[in-house]
Amino acid sequence: MNALKEALRKIPGTTVFDADHSRRGYALNMWCMTLQFEANRTAFKTDERGYIEKHSLEDGQCQAILDRDYNRLLELGGNIYFLSKLAAVDGHSFQQIAARMCGVPVEEFQQMMIKGGRKPDVSVKQDKEQ
Amino acid sequence: MAKIIGGVATSHVGALGVAIDNGLTGNDYWRPAFSGFEFSKKWISEQRPDVVVLVYNDHAAAFSLDIIPTFAIGCAERFQPADEGWGRRPVPTIEGHSELAWHIAESVILDEFDITIVNKLDVDHGLTVPLSMMFGQPSAWPCRVIPLAVNVVQFPPPTGNRCYSLGKAIRRAVESFDQDLKVMVWGTGGMSHQLQGTRAGLINKEFDNGFMDLLTDSPEEAAKIQHIDYLREAGSEGIELVMWLVMRGALSSTARAVHRFYHVPASNTALGHMIFEDR
Repeated sequence: MNALKEALRKIPGTTVFDADHSRRGYALNMWCMTLQFEANRTAFKTDERGYIEKHSLEDGQCQAILDRDYNRLLELGGNIYFLSKLAAVDGHSFQQIAARMCGVPVEEFQQMMIKGGRKPDVSVKQDKEQ
Repeated sequence: MAKIIGGVATSHVGALGVAIDNGLTGNDYWRPAFSGFEFSKKWISEQRPDVVVLVYNDHAAAFSLDIIPTFAIGCAERFQPADEGWGRRPVPTIEGHSELAWHIAESVILDEFDITIVNKLDVDHGLTVPLSMMFGQPSAWPCRVIPLAVNVVQFPPPTGNRCYSLGKAIRRAVESFDQDLKVMVWGTGGMSHQLQGTRAGLINKEFDNGFMDLLTDSPEEAAKIQHIDYLREAGSEGIELVMWLVMRGALSSTARAVHRFYHVPASNTALGHMIFEDR
């Protein structure tokens, strides 16, 4: 199990949602679940900070939500399927938040996909260094 | 007695549902993706299954982090499409087959697959998109559907081998059900894709096509693929492919692939689709 966890950590540009992440991200991900309801989406849009502060999140998680910093949210225990509910409030698709996580304009990300996507062993950062 | 007549594998990309619901399937971007299902729609209208056991994963819709069942079977009479954050998909209510679902649950549990029984379940795009891809936009779905949810969100998902074995147990269950029903098992999700982090957008055509080859000719070999290989080669969300193995396990060893389709991209994902006939 430990050897497997080590191998998983070595996959570039990837956060595997394991027990450690799930424990850290429980409150954050469950907060995202509240956005499944239209009334809550409206309340969040009306007063983002106020709506977040009603829930017991870490300060860093609150700020990352306000910043829509998805990479940071992943680091702080967020899971992409839960975080997609935050994106949905903004009317953003998976492709839009993927582009954001890769630090490229959405048009550039879309073109990369049309050309066949990213090779499995290359992260965006490595791409740019090559 | 009930019998399994075939299996379908397909990606369940949410954006496919958005394209259907918004009438975009004929545009330049989506037409090539949907063209791979023209054969399938004709085929399914001839096969006319009574029940589909639809293997999919919930994407933080019905299950959250409060309860995370590794395998769960929907035993209710009907299921509503879930609100995943932007309202419910405008698709018909899914009519279940409670009697067969309960029979499968009882049978596989006695067969040592300790599946979770669910009586209230909203089903998300993982289940409704495959129905739309195969049946289009009918006013009511033309068959009953038994949702079978597999956890692939929280690591670790069940192994490919466990999924393949569950498929075999589902076959034994179906074949011991005392009604003349034509049953299909569908495995959904995949193929290679990664939605998160700086490696988002990953596509691995070689892995995907190799997987479809193995599923056709040597499913036991496909069942041996390890978690690390799915995650590394097919991306963090590509591990959904273990669900295709439930479908393949439910078919006979002599089942024949009658259709195979592969297209990149469907949004961030490699779209894969196969049809098997049992014999």
